[in-house]
Amino acid sequence: MRPESGIELISIDVGRVLRKLVESPYSHLVTRPTGRAVRIAIEEQVAESSKTALSLIDLSDVTVMDFSCADEIVAKLLLRFLEEDRPGDALFVFRGVRQSLQEPIQTVLERQELLAVAQSGDGRCVLKGTWTEEQEYAWTVLEGRGRIAVGDVPEVFPGSHHREALDQLVHRRVAFVPPGDPVYHALSTLAGDS
Amino acid sequence: MRVIDLPATLDFQTYDALFAEVMQSGGDKLLFDGRHLRFLGPNGMVGLLASGSVARDRSGEKPILELGAAGDVTSYLGRMGFFQAADGIFAGTSFPRRSPGPSDVLLEITPITRNSDVHDVVDRVQKRAGTILANSLGYPPTSVVQFSVILSEVCQNILEHADAPGWVAAQSYNWSKRLGRHVVIISVADLGRGFRGSLSDEHSARFADRWGDVTALEAAFIHGLTRFPDSGRGQGIQQIRKQVRRWAGLISIRSGTARIADVPEWFDAPPLEEGLADFPGTQINIVLPARVDSET
Repeated sequence: MRPESGIELISIDVGRVLRKLVESPYSHLVTRPTGRAVRIAIEEQVAESSKTALSLIDLSDVTVMDFSCADEIVAKLLLRFLEEDRPGDALFVFRGVRQSLQEPIQTVLERQELLAVAQSGDGRCVLKGTWTEEQEYAWTVLEGRGRIAVGDVPEVFPGSHHREALDQLVHRRVAFVPPGDPVYHALSTLAGDS
Repeated sequence: MRVIDLPATLDFQTYDALFAEVMQSGGDKLLFDGRHLRFLGPNGMVGLLASGSVARDRSGEKPILELGAAGDVTSYLGRMGFFQAADGIFAGTSFPRRSPGPSDVLLEITPITRNSDVHDVVDRVQKRAGTILANSLGYPPTSVVQFSVILSEVCQNILEHADAPGWVAAQSYNWSKRLGRHVVIISVADLGRGFRGSLSDEHSARFADRWGDVTALEAAFIHGLTRFPDSGRGQGIQQIRKQVRRWAGLISIRSGTARIADVPEWFDAPPLEEGLADFPGTQINIVLPARVDSET
């Protein structure tokens, strides 16, 4: 747990989850039932946290992911934790997103108008899904700084449209303001030391 | 018993005539005379299995498949796993078993009846497709992943929409005379509900009396409609189309009395056909040509 931000880091190796779930040693994320089973396993693991969970979804071992699995493991997972009756409070960073996975992930996020943070093998984080220009600017600035105290926001973002965009990023779960700690955190910063 | 002559070449361009003849045969027991058969593509093979199944179900008797003495076709059908798949569909012929060992086949005829079959298909193709896609088609090494995703999505179409078993097969060919290039062909067929049957409950009302095989195919193929209310559904065919277009390929879907297609420049066919013999299920045909510089 990272006490300064009130979150708990949870690392989930999707390849391992897949191997545990299916009897045969399949290594590819294909078919909707497989994706659904993996998503439910991830949800259960994340929901065990009593804090806000920063869930690092590691896709490094995944070579093939079809659109049905991407819809389940990325889009539906995010949607589940945006719902009012979500099983817990969670943020997500998708790690080890190799080139072959980029299109399925981007496609399903666009379809559901979702936004997610993806981290490639070199550690660089990028946004995936749909966003406005203002959200992209606010996210890039926050990503570059790591943290922005609420009191510094007017100076960092003189324009109200960028300040609104920053709050929208929090609402869309790609930035975080811990309860009782008036600081905007980039998810990559929170995940950085894991 | 009624005799149906198989053409010398049974592929995605000649299959319609064969199936129309099967449908005209009423409930007669059929003999498929394949003595003049010289070549079958994947579409011809899975189509022949579908035709045999329809003939069996209509007459209540397994049809007979007679092949010529020349061993090439029989040998090729054996390598493609046709005879295992034909077991229970055709009668009267002692089918040779496929010999174990290394195979030049990209994907043998594989029944798709459950989720694990799709995993098996993707696993098998991952091991074999890389060399064929790179060497024969000139596709980049990463194309094997997109190819696997295409196969996964077309196979899932059977499981999720047909509610009936189906088959998938894929193979590479040298179309030096037809196209001057190598191609890879993927064929899928099922004898399920078809697109009209799958979409009818959810979508037929809004189309009123325009609802039919053509509107159902257009709804799924062009607009991505699906019978599931979930907004995450219906992406499979759209994404297959997108990838096939990137590779300048041909994709067609036949269901009921209609066929819809994305037709590339190198092929001559209408994008929409209607009034075909009523196919009780769905056929998907994909032809991926070797890359040429003008398409890169």
